[in-house]
Amino acid sequence: MRTISVQKIKNTVAQLCIQANLVLRNDVLKQLKAAYASEKKRIAKDILGAIIKNAGIARREKLAICQDTGMPCVFVEIGQDVKISGDIKQAINQGVEIGYKKAYLRNSIISDPLKRGKSGLKPAVIHFDLVKGSKLKLTVFPKGFGCENKTQLKMFKPTARIEELKQFIIEAVKNAGPDACPPYIVGVGIGGTADYAVFMAKKALLRKVTSQKSQVTSKLERELLKEINKLNIGAMGLGGKTTALAVNIETYPTHIAGLPVAVNISCHALRSAGALI
Amino acid sequence: MRKLKIENLKAKDKLFLSGVIYTARDQAHERLAEAIKKHKKLPIDLKDRIIYYCGPTKTPKGKIIGSCGPTTSSRMDGFTPLLLKKGVMGIIGKGSRSKEVIAAIKKNKAVYFLAYAGCGALLSKYVVKAKPVAYRDLGPEAIYELEVKNFPLIVGIDCRGEDIYGTKR
Repeated sequence: MRTISVQKIKNTVAQLCIQANLVLRNDVLKQLKAAYASEKKRIAKDILGAIIKNAGIARREKLAICQDTGMPCVFVEIGQDVKISGDIKQAINQGVEIGYKKAYLRNSIISDPLKRGKSGLKPAVIHFDLVKGSKLKLTVFPKGFGCENKTQLKMFKPTARIEELKQFIIEAVKNAGPDACPPYIVGVGIGGTADYAVFMAKKALLRKVTSQKSQVTSKLERELLKEINKLNIGAMGLGGKTTALAVNIETYPTHIAGLPVAVNISCHALRSAGALI
Repeated sequence: MRKLKIENLKAKDKLFLSGVIYTARDQAHERLAEAIKKHKKLPIDLKDRIIYYCGPTKTPKGKIIGSCGPTTSSRMDGFTPLLLKKGVMGIIGKGSRSKEVIAAIKKNKAVYFLAYAGCGALLSKYVVKAKPVAYRDLGPEAIYELEVKNFPLIVGIDCRGEDIYGTKR
């Protein structure tokens, strides 16, 4: 057994919260720059230019990329040969609080979803996964709610044609329209159960926007991206050919009686940061 | 701000705003609407004001304001006609508005602006003064008075009810 201290976890989470919120992911920035270069429509180019400039100011001046510093989501992969010295959930939430405070990030979390009231910095939504080995992987994903509000789930019949699935995914993007800060990154989860499909759709956003998972899904990803970019929603919804920067699909085995499909959209400020301890 | 000639603005126009604007988002809207309905005194005069749908991050040391981009406007749709009736002349946000809001903008000869969405760090550079003036207990959702200089905007809905998203919906 390898022992990892909660202190180490706390410090790492704090640092990852700051990095994720202040430094735009390289793969996202790269796609934005490519979109800027290929965009012909003037207003779209102007907005893409502002988005790229914004990322530079945020990084240099240590300002949040977006004022919505999100609901902090933390993905934890614990090696089964790791022993944690103490309360890991508490350490993660403390780390979130320290990081968010240090970087002057926003109090966006209310402790009771119905009573609402005063907002604070924690808790995070934490996903644990047990994996082989003796390491611990932490990924902080601050998810803004402008785009989180556009999440969709549909339980298809097992005999549904792929075209129906595609239509549903495209409709979800259409439905988000200009409101959730396009150009989007579209996370899709196919299979599993209802809850697991939504989880995969979110997790898909953690994958590099320039990477490919499997041959089957990458074909589907390419086709969907092409069709989504024909919607003419464009940056800020003002038209142009950049409605989405990427479509990332995750799949999982499912039941003979069903075919769950979930869409979790990210705004152009897709922020995450990870570390391996 | 008086110099802002709303009737001259057309949907899709780009402009740079200098003057005073007030932030207000979900909770502040709910409180303002509640106060108006109960005929209570409002914490700020709404006549000829510009409301900015924004909840900034905390202000880092040595800065005037933190990241301060627009939030999704459609969440405020239910409150907007009432606020326009009370004299609000302009609104800044992101995204589309309901038919009712477009009609109310036309009726009250007001204007709806779009600010660069998801560019809170960039937009903070155009804020020269910031202070909370009402509902301080709401933290990021308090009403802040912002003095802005050359704040970049795009006209989303003009006083004739022309909607930048109209042709696509």
